[in-house]
Amino acid sequence: MLDDLDKRLLNLVQTRLPVAPEPYRELARELGIAEEEVIARLRRLIEKRVIRRLGAIFDSRKVGYKGTLCAFKVPPERIAEVAAEVNRHPGVTHNYLRDHEYNMWFTVLAGSEAGLNKIVEEIKERTGINEYLLLPAINIFKIRVNFDLA
Amino acid sequence: MLNKLDQALIRELQKGLPLVSRPFLAIARKLHLSEPEVLAKVQEFIDRGIIRRFGAAVRHQDLGYVANAMVVWQVPDERVQEAGRIMASFSEVSHCYERIRAPGWPYNLYTVIHGQTEEQCREKAARLAAAAGLTDYLVLFSTAELKKSSMKYFLEET
Repeated sequence: MLDDLDKRLLNLVQTRLPVAPEPYRELARELGIAEEEVIARLRRLIEKRVIRRLGAIFDSRKVGYKGTLCAFKVPPERIAEVAAEVNRHPGVTHNYLRDHEYNMWFTVLAGSEAGLNKIVEEIKERTGINEYLLLPAINIFKIRVNFDLA
Repeated sequence: MLNKLDQALIRELQKGLPLVSRPFLAIARKLHLSEPEVLAKVQEFIDRGIIRRFGAAVRHQDLGYVANAMVVWQVPDERVQEAGRIMASFSEVSHCYERIRAPGWPYNLYTVIHGQTEEQCREKAARLAAAAGLTDYLVLFSTAELKKSSMKYFLEET
């Protein structure tokens, strides 16, 4: 369970980690605790997987990567097997089952358009799924991943 | 374009900021750079938007936001900009993208909504529909998370 101090720390580090020589000391000062306490708590939150990544969260497009959202129509009895093939690719970062006939929704990222097509083609070929949607983004209005823990 | 050094720094940063008193110094030593050089480069990445956020990515499922719905909207092309901006202004919308339409799939605007229950998500979707003046949409709930990971860039030639 998260105590109040964990929540205050998470609220703080979600939005901004100082880009400074001693970032944890600055957080500690703001929270009124010791630097060692900040580091120990962050380590615990990472181990408990409350924090997925600490530090830089990249914009895949600005890094030069290409991506698409894919929706596959997977027969219910084949979900585990198809998911294993899809998830095997490091470029597949998110994969959700959703309550629709297009039931498997995943995102693919690759360093180039050709690389992206290669992954998608490989997934299609190896799973034999032939009903699918390829839905690349053409405009991003919002990406926000902060949640208020108060 | 990102040069070899930029790519090497991205590879280090995506391992997570080291949990030591001087984390940028720890990275600098690995790359044979100075601490000020690494700090300046990280700041440059932030200013250029290559780093979208310098902070912690938190798993929201663990924080009580259990229902996550993707709402797909059919929006006339000439209204996409306006509708996208309206949706993005709602705090319960975490993501809002315009995507291409596919054959047999007329939806072109995508929002992710988070809530404590499915019912709450449906109510929020109805409020968005009213605000943007849209009627054709689907609320797609996630029934299982099969994978969620952070992308690792520049690890292999793709």
